[in-house]
Amino acid sequence: METVQQLRDRLAARFPAARVELVLNPGVAAEHSLRLDAALGRDIALFLRDDPALRLDYCSNVTGVDWPDKEITDVVKTTVPDPAGGPPKIVEEKSVHVQPGCLEAVYHLYSMSLKHGPVVIRLRTGNRADAVTLPSLTPVWRSCDFQEREIFDLFGIVFAGHPDLRRLLMWDEFKDHPMRKDYVEPDDYEWEPTAHGAVLERAKAHQLAAVAGVVDPGQSSANPPKAAPGSTTPATTAPVKEAKP
Amino acid sequence: MSCSDFNDLDAELTAFGHPGGSSVRAVHDQFHGDLLEVSMGPQHPSTHGVFRMVATLDGEQIVKLKPVFGYLHRNHEKIAENTTYLGSMPYTDRLDYLCSMSTNWAYALAVEKLSGQAVPDRAQYLRIIMAELTRLVNHACLVGFLFNDLGTSFTPLLYAFREREKIIDLFEALSGSRMMCNYQRFGGCRVDPTPEWLAAARTLVENFPRFLDEYERMLTGNEIMLARTQGIGRLDPAHAVNAGLTGPVLRASGVDYDLRKVDGYGFYPRFDFRVPLGAQGDTYDRYMLRILEMRESVKILVQAFRDLPGGPIMDPKAKLRSFRPKAGEAYGRLEGPKGELGFYLISDGTPNPYRYRVRPPSLINLTLLEEMCLGHTIADAVVILGSIDIVLGEVDR
Repeated sequence: METVQQLRDRLAARFPAARVELVLNPGVAAEHSLRLDAALGRDIALFLRDDPALRLDYCSNVTGVDWPDKEITDVVKTTVPDPAGGPPKIVEEKSVHVQPGCLEAVYHLYSMSLKHGPVVIRLRTGNRADAVTLPSLTPVWRSCDFQEREIFDLFGIVFAGHPDLRRLLMWDEFKDHPMRKDYVEPDDYEWEPTAHGAVLERAKAHQLAAVAGVVDPGQSSANPPKAAPGSTTPATTAPVKEAKP
Repeated sequence: MSCSDFNDLDAELTAFGHPGGSSVRAVHDQFHGDLLEVSMGPQHPSTHGVFRMVATLDGEQIVKLKPVFGYLHRNHEKIAENTTYLGSMPYTDRLDYLCSMSTNWAYALAVEKLSGQAVPDRAQYLRIIMAELTRLVNHACLVGFLFNDLGTSFTPLLYAFREREKIIDLFEALSGSRMMCNYQRFGGCRVDPTPEWLAAARTLVENFPRFLDEYERMLTGNEIMLARTQGIGRLDPAHAVNAGLTGPVLRASGVDYDLRKVDGYGFYPRFDFRVPLGAQGDTYDRYMLRILEMRESVKILVQAFRDLPGGPIMDPKAKLRSFRPKAGEAYGRLEGPKGELGFYLISDGTPNPYRYRVRPPSLINLTLLEEMCLGHTIADAVVILGSIDIVLGEVDR
């Protein structure tokens, strides 16, 4: 099979409009990958599947990777001459810039008919908040079906063109994406008011917030504001001390 | 439908010549053409765990079937990202809890690929011995449970479990645990088997074909078995490849793709064995394929016991504590008893993996469950599911 570099050149010639980047794997395994232009992702995937030299008919593994915003410290060293005539001083100026994060979908492709592989392709979203749509490759390889649903569930990438995009593992009412690096676990998944000292104290903050409609009591404080469905009923709005002496 | 409607119907039937008094009303005609939605599971003995199928039935035939997952979800991947590389080795036992030895190996294989760790010869042979014994355990369980799904309550299953028990007794003697073996390490294995253990294992393997012969004589030609499995749940090779099905399910459709031959991981290229293939891709082929694979596994095991070299079982340079692979990524996969079991790891040079992903064959093999079941009865759907072979610890992770 051709090397990843040759494949990159061939794709660049075949799809002049698409940006195809080679992502080097510095590790021992040295399985390099190709980062494709998300807009043309599905066309390139179809080409990879049907090209007679490649025939990548089997998409083995699909997974998401979360790359959060990264703070990078730039250090600029300047040499300041000493006015008194001594040796020049080196002054370090530190500045912090934020490298914007993104979500990534990684596909491992093999050929069952020609028995070669893997070819690793990656698609990146624009950011982690609102531009999280990628083209679904389920119409190309049916094996992406459940795996893309899992990524949608756990990472929050929206796959445009997926025939049945629902949560796979978490329940439908769940709000967050647990595999993201900044996910905060709820204190208690099945929280409900009790009259026991320590729990009661800890619950107070949640309850007050729930009454004010700020935080859903069942979820973590990192979640978007949302009034709990049952929060307006007297049973939950009443102070707990009165509920049970 | 109100009560008066029934009375009207009664009156109508009487008008058509039935004598008065109690009469049998044609209930079927009233409901004919209505679809019925049946939720099977998550608590159901024949969904093999907490799996749920929402089936829409026309009479007894399935017109739509949606699998529902997640009842055993504990986010294994997140837990593994929050612990060290070695720390999640015992947890991989709980993925496919029938085949912990192979799952351990798949994880060790991926980490060894990530870190460039070498494995000594004896450990390579021991790994093959454990993996093939695991294949015997898994396939014996499968053929047993398949007959349970067909309605022969428990007798064939207990025949299969008798053999499984002998093998997991060996696992217990070796690793200290029957099912959660935690046996493989990055760069070798954890315990060296004693000569007595090897002799016992060899005797077991030599006697295993007798169990297969007995089992086949009893059940393979059984009339009910043939009627219930032949032509049921057909799967054509083109769809199976596109849907990423692997393992015995794929090979029963006639696609020659066995990672032991294709990737040649471990020392498999040194062994002489064949890859059985099915022709029809129906439930019967999937059953027969398991029986044939067990016979091939016995062949591999006999060769492994014959050629097992001496020497260390761990690479002396292997690092267990403060293990930090270089930054990079690797995808390691092997032919598990259920299909291609892969681990995808991204290292950023810290003691914990940055990204840890399990490619679960059980989950992906369910992709075409609906297509396989359409047009068959709900009783057949149970058998088709049984022939796919899933373990919910791996499906939901």
